[in-house]
Amino acid sequence: MDFFITIIEQGLIYGILALGVYITYKILDFPDLTTDGSFPLGAAVTAALISRGVNPYMTLPIAFAAGALAGVCTGLIHVKGRVRDLLSGIIMMTALWTINLRIAGTSNVPLFSKETIFKNSFLEKLLPEAVQPYGTLIVIVILAAVTKLILDFYMKSKSGFLLRAVGDNEKLVTALARDQGNVKILGLAIANGLVALSGCIFCQEERVFEISMGTGAVVIGLASVIIGTSLFRNMTFMKATTAVVIGSVLYKACTAVAMRNFEPQDMKLITAALFLIVLLISMERRKKVKIDA
Amino acid sequence: MLELKNIYKYYNPGTVNEMCLFKDFNLTVKDGEFLSVVGSNGSGKTSMLNIICGSIPIESGNIVLDGKDITNAKEFRRNEKIGRVYQNPSLGTCPSMTILENMSLADNKGKRFGLGRGVNKQRIEYYRELLRPLNLGLEDKMHVKVGSLSGGQRQAMALLMSTMTPIEFLILDEHTAALDPKTAEIIMELTDKIVKEKKLTTIMVTHNLRYAVEYGNRLLMMHQGESVMDCAGEKKAGLNIDDILEKFNEISIECGN
Repeated sequence: MDFFITIIEQGLIYGILALGVYITYKILDFPDLTTDGSFPLGAAVTAALISRGVNPYMTLPIAFAAGALAGVCTGLIHVKGRVRDLLSGIIMMTALWTINLRIAGTSNVPLFSKETIFKNSFLEKLLPEAVQPYGTLIVIVILAAVTKLILDFYMKSKSGFLLRAVGDNEKLVTALARDQGNVKILGLAIANGLVALSGCIFCQEERVFEISMGTGAVVIGLASVIIGTSLFRNMTFMKATTAVVIGSVLYKACTAVAMRNFEPQDMKLITAALFLIVLLISMERRKKVKIDA
Repeated sequence: MLELKNIYKYYNPGTVNEMCLFKDFNLTVKDGEFLSVVGSNGSGKTSMLNIICGSIPIESGNIVLDGKDITNAKEFRRNEKIGRVYQNPSLGTCPSMTILENMSLADNKGKRFGLGRGVNKQRIEYYRELLRPLNLGLEDKMHVKVGSLSGGQRQAMALLMSTMTPIEFLILDEHTAALDPKTAEIIMELTDKIVKEKKLTTIMVTHNLRYAVEYGNRLLMMHQGESVMDCAGEKKAGLNIDDILEKFNEISIECGN
């Protein structure tokens, strides 16, 4: 049972990361490697704030803002500096490594004795005795659901329409007398804000900040997005955001099952191998559809 | 009124491939004019449109729109007053968004793109009214993604979308060239109707000499970055395809082919 709860908890936390990757990869068509830096950025900011005794719930908006700032930097490098999208992300990802170390102070910050969004006096009073063991799960479900709903709302707004348009056809955004560069920067800001938010929640759930926790974050995000969007492609009633979050839980389940038979140091290899498998399977499906048509 | 004054445009400046396209090029388009532009490939028709819209830079010269110098204005700023339809039908719409969402986007041009609802439900009937005269059945497919429409349907939408909000200038860049003859005819008639209804000043680049003769009240033929024929008013009305073809052959012979 604990095994499943952990999968759902971590799957939903990475689901928020996947929502961010969904914006860059699917909507903006921008392979954004900033993710690998903004995920630990959210965690570093959180660790620094919590060690200083800041209310843990305040870390959520602050981490989002920090991530958004990183996204704006990537956007400025790409749009104003005219650096290629992939390279802009790599530059920011590299720079963020040092920035994260500076913010957190060291490469490893334990938060075991501190109050977090999952373990604090307020929550202990609020939740009845019986559901206490599921406190973490409940908080994560609420956070993931609220994030998804806000994103859904945004995507249906005028600004969201413009964001969707810029990935699709930037000429149209220019035709609408809007600066397509600014729209891209906005998209990168939201995406990296979500990724940092995910890092913030992850670090409080694990009760530790680790400088290398972002390595491979973009792969996890991409795998979740691709699983979600290709698995539920034909279900039109399901929103892409929902599909992406479910994709993340499924991907986490796959890695968890695979990890049972391996050592912890095999983690990244399994992550990569599973991502490859997901890619190959989703391509196979596409081919079949073409033949049918 | 749009004025191009002493435009100089070089391609690949500073290299062995340097090519001068426009050398002291001048053009004035008066308000309410419907200018058809014809000319062979490489004569500078599309480059001229790109210069007006700000898609490509120029070496020197001035572009003046309604008395305001817009030479250094960014492309997206100029589009506040300019609508443009491209040769490629997919450039005027968003394929992954529905017809309704595309229409709503276009409807919001010039306004704020804030956090308000993207689709205004009260406008849906208005969008249907706009789509109905096309006779393409689009008004019943409001929730269909534009990516699944045919080129002609998309081009009709692109034309509607670019002229939906008050603009002063319409730029048509061979907008019927990628369509079959029948659809091209429909789009051309729609263009003429919209231009007349909204009294838009229009520049249309076309390879179809018949359209150039039939539509519009001024005709410009370009060759190697210069205008070689420019008739307006009565002179334009009396023009027929043979006259243009004759001129066309004349410049081709000069070129030696």
